[in-house]
This record gives sequence, C-alpha cells and structure tokens, in this order.
Amino acid sequence: MVYLTRKAEFSASHFYHNPEMSAEENRRLFGKCNNPHGHGHNYVVEVTVSGEVDERSGMVMDLKDLKALLEQEVLEPFDHKFLNKEVRVFDEKIPTTENFALEIWNRLKGKLSAGKLHRVRLYETTDLFVDYLGE
Amino acid sequence: MKVYLTRRYRFSASHRLHNGALSSEENAALYGKCNNPYGHGHNYAVEVTVAGPVDPQTGMVIDLGKLDRWVGEEVVDRFDHTHLNQDVENFRTQIPTTENLCREIYRLLKVRMEKECPRREVTLARIRMEETYANSFEYTE
Repeated sequence: MVYLTRKAEFSASHFYHNPEMSAEENRRLFGKCNNPHGHGHNYVVEVTVSGEVDERSGMVMDLKDLKALLEQEVLEPFDHKFLNKEVRVFDEKIPTTENFALEIWNRLKGKLSAGKLHRVRLYETTDLFVDYLGE
Repeated sequence: MKVYLTRRYRFSASHRLHNGALSSEENAALYGKCNNPYGHGHNYAVEVTVAGPVDPQTGMVIDLGKLDRWVGEEVVDRFDHTHLNQDVENFRTQIPTTENLCREIYRLLKVRMEKECPRREVTLARIRMEETYANSFEYTE
C-alpha cells in the first residue's frame, strides 16, 4: 500500500455560535470565536489517498485529477468565503475545524479517480489540526 | 464517528543523557555529546492528539481552553526552562530522552484527562514530540 498526499491552501472566515444557547453561554463556551462578524484563518488541507501503484503509470492516482478535485470541492466553495453565511452545510452546523474536516471528507468521498480516500487533515493554524479517517 | 484533534505546544529545556548503572566510558560511547555533564538544551515541540466524536452542541471534540490549561499545567509549566535531570521530579530515576519524555507526558495528560475531561468518550490518542527539526518521536498506547 502506498499513501499519496496533496496539500492545498485557502483562506476563509467563520465564527462559532449555537443558536440553542443564550448569548452568555455562547460567549463563555466559544470566547473570542463567538464574535458575530467572524474572523479568518489560512487553512491548509492535506488529502491522503491510499492504494497500490498502477503498473502502467507508476502512480497511485493521477495528481492532476486530485488537484482538479480539490479545486472543485474545496477551493471553489470555500476560498475567500464567510463559512457561516456562504456555505449551506454551515447553516446547520458550527464551522469548527472538526465539522469542516468532516465536510471536506464527505465532499471528496467517492470522487477519486483511483485509490481510496485515507485521511483528511485540516490545519486551522500551524498549531491546530484535525484528522478524519472515516472511522 | 471518531475525529482526531491535534494541538501543538512548545517548551525549552536542557538535559543530559546518562545512565548511572554504566561506566563513564560506556556512557560516553553510548550517548556521545549528549553525555556532556553540564547538559545541553532543545526547543521542544509537543503535539497532543485527542480522539472522539464531535459534540453536536459545540461542534468540537474537546474544549480547547481546558486542553490548553491541562497541557499548560502538566507539561509547559513543569518542563519549560528547566534542566530536566536536575529540576524535574519525573526524571530523577529515568533518563530524559525524548522517548521517555513522550511517555511521561502521555502518562501525565492521561491521568489529568481521566480526572477532568467531562466527555468520557474522548481519549488521549497520541503524543508526538520534536526534539529538533530532524528528530521526532511518537508514543501511543
């Protein structure tokens, strides 16, 4: 088994707020992240694909396809967006790094031209990242 | 559903690699420059990974404020700007290699989380440490 990882960077803003809780509870739980005007991050997403090396190409999957898929499913919908207001899934869900990594996984799942989606790693900052392996 | 969240922390400390059960020559041969009796220092990075389901109320696996407090008290306050062999109780009897540091930090945080983490389904999954940009170590149970 060989693992191939491609990285992409994008910038977006968000804030954390649970409408089922009071303003005070939201402030206490989410702190500065609760500012309703939002704040931004430079996100880095690493997508890892696992598979056997194709004998003819010497590749697990064609990187051009993976790059195009990341453009379509991650950069186009999320880059330079306010996640809470411009991305439908975050009408319902709080755009935490956890939920965001799950959303990226769901968008990529089943769309690879070869190999298997192994892991989505999403960095919100260099000191904070989330991994989802479909478990 | 299981999501892994990793947060990175830093501290600086000095240490000396020396095994009291070996001769000076054996220690010098085994540890090389790391056996210098005065010790030497590193800027350590510690990655703490916790795993569990996302809490639907918060959208999070763990309250990062709490995690920062536990790691601050158990790791950064305890080890930062110390000489690990001389100043830290945890390394009176074990050699402060980064392997042992990983295990010790895992043990300290596991105890703290078991005591104070309100979500029982969230567990400590991994400690990864960088001693320098070239050397890194991971410990998991």
